[in-house]
Amino acid sequence: MARKKKPPAPKVFIVTVTGKDRVGIIARIANVMAEAQINIIDVSQRIMEDYFVMMMGCDVAGATADLEQIQQRLDRVARDLKLNITFQNETIFKMMHRV
Amino acid sequence: MAITVEEVYETVSMTLYHHFDIRTVTLGVNLKDCADRRLAGVRGRIGPRLVKWGRALNHHADRIQQEFGIPITNRRISTTPIALLLEPLPRRAATIVALARTLDTAAAQADIDFIGGFGGYLQGGITEAESHLIDALPAALAATERLCGFFNLASTAAGVNMTAVERFGHVLRDLAGRTRRGIGCAKLALFANVPEDNPFMAGAHHGIGQPDLALNIGISGPGVVRAVVARHPDCDLTELSEVIKRTVFKITRAGELIGREMAHRMGVEFGIVDISLAATPAAGDSVAEIIEAMGVSRMGRPGSTAALAMLIDAVKKGGAMASGNVGGLSGTFIPVSEDAGMIRAVRSGALNLEKLEALTSVCSVGLDMFAVPGDTPADVLSAIIADELAIGVMNHKTTSVRVIPVPGAKPGDLVQFGGLLGSAPVMRVPRQAAAAWVARGGRIPAPLQALRN
Repeated sequence: MARKKKPPAPKVFIVTVTGKDRVGIIARIANVMAEAQINIIDVSQRIMEDYFVMMMGCDVAGATADLEQIQQRLDRVARDLKLNITFQNETIFKMMHRV
Repeated sequence: MAITVEEVYETVSMTLYHHFDIRTVTLGVNLKDCADRRLAGVRGRIGPRLVKWGRALNHHADRIQQEFGIPITNRRISTTPIALLLEPLPRRAATIVALARTLDTAAAQADIDFIGGFGGYLQGGITEAESHLIDALPAALAATERLCGFFNLASTAAGVNMTAVERFGHVLRDLAGRTRRGIGCAKLALFANVPEDNPFMAGAHHGIGQPDLALNIGISGPGVVRAVVARHPDCDLTELSEVIKRTVFKITRAGELIGREMAHRMGVEFGIVDISLAATPAAGDSVAEIIEAMGVSRMGRPGSTAALAMLIDAVKKGGAMASGNVGGLSGTFIPVSEDAGMIRAVRSGALNLEKLEALTSVCSVGLDMFAVPGDTPADVLSAIIADELAIGVMNHKTTSVRVIPVPGAKPGDLVQFGGLLGSAPVMRVPRQAAAAWVARGGRIPAPLQALRN
């Protein structure tokens, strides 16, 4: 019997978008993720200190692009839409905000 | 519990708007096994080792900075105190300068901006090889770009080696004269109670009690702390201390994570997290501006010492909770040239050398990166060093001196050093100090450890 390949353990990265809210931000980022076979697991957004802030949790374990490529694609979206976009391993947030 | 948008935004805004970064990852490299009677033997062993590990350090730092989204600003190497490697070698200045060049070249080949460890421990006395090193030091540091020197001239256990302090007054004058604007002196730190695992230059070295390789990390976030203090203009000092503690906890955790991850990926031991607040010349990334945000009208005026004492205590409490490996200097740096608020304080007359020295007694690491006229007599420089080291010896803490006698400069001039070293207002110092006292040489005995009042 062929052994079923176990799915890789989730590896969560967080996309953070700050800037001026406008139409199509989530769509553009979701598109980058879908192209790289990255599953979006969480999205939330808020207005803070006059900034639009959106965070998107993604599981990059099965990604078909490497982190640098994804970063470059997000940088392109950031330039097009005049936003700040960061893409970081979730561990950094867990370490900083959980005792 | 899932991470919230607020928490994510807090972290992201630290790097985007408040200059939060990992100031340095410093790899300590043991070179004790490279000792040899022949210079070629030493050079042949240390060169390839430093290049290999320097490149690995850069490679992993690039990847980790991208993955975690926290910039790793400097990548550095610290080595076994080079005085140890000089012991078996021929006692010639040319040998010492050649070894300095080997370290400098290796750093350049690996694209490492500074390499530290060119020095030794002199608190108890000076060996013949060390004496030659002191003589050749100005030539060695003037002939190299990336090499940094450190010497421990005093300790609480040994007292202050005043014979060494006297000699370093002359070394500083000589070194300043050989380098543009005296900049060579920015690469030389003189210590009391030097830590063996400090990741920050110029004093970094890989002490004799260290393993083969150790990854040490220096975090930094004066901008982050200043921003959080500015957001609490009305709370009382107890609450302000809490606010600072919580912020430092967070930035130290980031340092701890990145240090551990770097060490793991490189296959080396994780050394320490140095939680020192280290300013940069960038606007807002200033320790002096934290003190001013607390409510002191200008750094250096009455109130500064108490405010600084409270700041560093809160930093230590937050940092110690965040990491079990806090070490190195873990003070608050108040280098004059690298902190825009410090420069403003000196130029406005609020901060002078005497007050700077007082500030170092409560918290900071020492008299750092301050410029004096180039014709300041060597004995005055030695007396300034002696005063600062005595503060460290008596208070069981590290203190250091990095003073730059700028040739041709007069008090009030602003000297540009460029880059991370910033620009320094030339400070007024007396032209007469304690010549006869310094000339006595010998050792100030180790202080009594009891009857402490």
